[in-house]
Amino acid sequence: MGSFDYVISIGGAAGQGIATPGNILARLFARRGIHMYAYNAYQSIIRGGHSFLTVRCSDREIRTHGDVIDLIICLNQDTMDRHLEHLGPGTSVIFNSDTIEPGEAAEGVQLCSMAVGELAGKGSNKLMQNTVAIAVACQLLGIEFSALEDVLDFQFSAKGEELVAENVRVAKAAYEHSAANFQPAAQQAPQPSAPLAVWAGNQAFAMASASAGVKFYCAYPMSPSTGILHWMAANARELGIMVRQVEDEISVICMTVGAAHAGCRSMCATSGGGFALMTEGVGAAAMMEVPIVVVNVQRAGPSTGVPTKTEQGDLWQVLGASQGDFPKLILAPSNPLDAFQTIPEVFNLADKYQLPAIIVSDLLISDETSTIDPKLLDMHPVIDRGELITEAGEEAGNYERYKFTDSGISPRALPGIPGYEHVVSTDEHMPDGVLISDEFTHPHKRRAMMEKRQSKMDGLLAELAPPAIVGPADAEVTLVGWGSTAGVIQEAIGQLAAAGVVANHLHFKWLVPFHVDEADELLSSCKRTIIVENNYTGLFHRYLRSETGFTVDGHIRKYDGEPFKPHHITAAVQDQLAGGEALSVPYEEIIV
Amino acid sequence: MSDTNVQISLKPKDFKGKVDPDWCPGCGDFGVLSGLQRAVSELGLQPHQILTISGIGCSSNFPGFFNSYGMHTLHGRSLPHASGAKLANHEMNVIVTGGDGDGYGIGGNHFTHTSRRNLDILYIVMNNQIYGLTTGQISPTSEVGMKTKSTPFGSVELPINPLASAITAGATWVARGYTGNIKQLTRLIVEGIQHKGFALLDVFSPCVTFNKVNTYQFFRPRVQPLEDIEHDTSDWKAGIEKAMLWGDVIHTGVFFETKTRLTLGEQEPVLDEGGPLAFRELGLSSEETERIISRMM
Repeated sequence: MGSFDYVISIGGAAGQGIATPGNILARLFARRGIHMYAYNAYQSIIRGGHSFLTVRCSDREIRTHGDVIDLIICLNQDTMDRHLEHLGPGTSVIFNSDTIEPGEAAEGVQLCSMAVGELAGKGSNKLMQNTVAIAVACQLLGIEFSALEDVLDFQFSAKGEELVAENVRVAKAAYEHSAANFQPAAQQAPQPSAPLAVWAGNQAFAMASASAGVKFYCAYPMSPSTGILHWMAANARELGIMVRQVEDEISVICMTVGAAHAGCRSMCATSGGGFALMTEGVGAAAMMEVPIVVVNVQRAGPSTGVPTKTEQGDLWQVLGASQGDFPKLILAPSNPLDAFQTIPEVFNLADKYQLPAIIVSDLLISDETSTIDPKLLDMHPVIDRGELITEAGEEAGNYERYKFTDSGISPRALPGIPGYEHVVSTDEHMPDGVLISDEFTHPHKRRAMMEKRQSKMDGLLAELAPPAIVGPADAEVTLVGWGSTAGVIQEAIGQLAAAGVVANHLHFKWLVPFHVDEADELLSSCKRTIIVENNYTGLFHRYLRSETGFTVDGHIRKYDGEPFKPHHITAAVQDQLAGGEALSVPYEEIIV
Repeated sequence: MSDTNVQISLKPKDFKGKVDPDWCPGCGDFGVLSGLQRAVSELGLQPHQILTISGIGCSSNFPGFFNSYGMHTLHGRSLPHASGAKLANHEMNVIVTGGDGDGYGIGGNHFTHTSRRNLDILYIVMNNQIYGLTTGQISPTSEVGMKTKSTPFGSVELPINPLASAITAGATWVARGYTGNIKQLTRLIVEGIQHKGFALLDVFSPCVTFNKVNTYQFFRPRVQPLEDIEHDTSDWKAGIEKAMLWGDVIHTGVFFETKTRLTLGEQEPVLDEGGPLAFRELGLSSEETERIISRMM
């Protein structure tokens, strides 16, 4: 635990402007060099419902929203009624006393009652209660007023100087009221250090692909993947990227394949429902050997499911996407930075091996807002397009698109080059592209072409980093995970160490092709293995078993839509080590 | 894209593909193939300047029989593949070929949206009012009462009217050809390629094996070129009215045309300069990078 680790939650109805105080706090902390991670629990509703934004800040890097809440900002009565009971000694509640009645608070909870109407003046904007609350929060944490003033200016300047001045005036009054009436928080914000940047997970995906040279991006809006489309659309003209919103996800993937075949680095993103529509296109890319990158941001399914909640439920959908047996690349990054750093490599691999690459994200990664050290953002990655023919050469007139080679990789000529005319086809074909499916079907030719395509997987696997165990080699228990659970597992391992349990971490990022031998060897070396997954049936466990034959000792699963908190895993591991059941399903305390 | 070769004008036969068509003898699709070969020859195009894209079906085997770049894609998905390819390389002449089931049935959604998107593409639909490759079932353009293997008691569903649909959806050039009139068909293909915007050319291309109703004998006495009568191609209402006629007189020719709407490519600043996206330098400049990061601070 760092010396500063503080969690602020903001609760209200959709439409009450929760995003604004969330953004203000994020900028405020980032500009001060404080690390921040925000998780928003919300519903698929534009007005009403209950949204609960948890902003955790710390003097070290954090990857979860933590276990406890130190301060709640209640924007409505409902938030007060739902969450007051979760607060213990040393915590505070900020609320607008004009409209909200405080409930029965536990001993040691500070009720920061703010008469917003009186402070802001008659007829002030309803959203002013957000500014009041932020000002009190800053004062409690010992953040000087000028820092808040800077961020208010940043947040509201686009809407005019008058609004900035009004917000600053009200914030100042609230700040002074707080100083005179409330006890400061037990933890005080650290002194300013080098500023950090703020980003959302989806932005990391978009920025990484832009830096990797994506020239075509296509999407149909679907939560929680839409943030990628928004960033792409906003930046398209400046960066020379063709960005299109089209009629459905079938069109999305087919346009992506068409653009990729014509020569653009091309990407599309969706969630599980949209990915279901895309699956035939994934096979088309594989058969025509066209490199594309597809992002599936998982949400709780099946079907429409819970659109605003997280789950790792699409693994087998992605593994089995499209009919037939064909080469593909599938990976699951563990956080926005991991995605940012890996995506350029994914584009290079897709280009080099001429196949579809599927990146499995989830709501937790894609929707989270967090700080990032800008020095870690290399926007000029290596771009390697593999064996790509972009101008006429010696083979003009004799070019074979699907030429047999030792690597299985056939040099790819882009349409438009004289002498390299060819047809790419979703039907099985011969090296020159002529179909064998209709009247020329030939088992030996079919076998040779299957082997050509599949042999690309050998080269591909050799380029992927094998899995590795992080932490003490002789650990009592190894926590196994994939994708977005990496951060929370790491934090749980820290909590376990503090409780005297030595645990380490085996995380899988590259899923297809899979490092079977390395995985088996690592798993066999562990004393005890517990796998952590955000789904019901242990989808990754079943995949791991199918590839390695290895069966883990225990399971921790969660499928209620909310992500794991560190203590969920810590408690479950302790319970299983003490002889409890081999399947733990932690109870979610926060009801939204 | 290097294009320094001396361009010699090619003959229709130079656009013959690597393999001979596997269509049934007498199939209307031969006429469309021949019409397209004549049209591109007449326009002085070279094979590498053309990208022919199809879906799945008898007529979708077209790219393999035609000498150009080609994509033989998924059933019903020729238009989105073609749209992506055209946006990636807007200097290519993109011609989409396919059938009525592929384009108006399974691909119906794309047909509507590609029409309104107005990309500079020519879409040739070989309309035989039947599913041929699956050995004879009704298609979206089959007439009411048509008896097939899937409708042994006769179809009860109204056929789609592709021309009227395209006009209402926003296509900027809408025409119909007939493989019994290659001269007119070739001229329509030339016009369709030259048209800037989404051009639909629906072609009566009789299936001699499975459609025993809409045969050459059926069409010959009925087809009447619009150029032989008075028709204002700039009047979309008149175009729809003519398109809805189905009886003793069935029109061919250009039903509707507008040159006032910009194509999608023309409205997209990303394509303004720098040539085709597909051949541009990749990677961001340091100014672009700095701008992106500074907005995050």
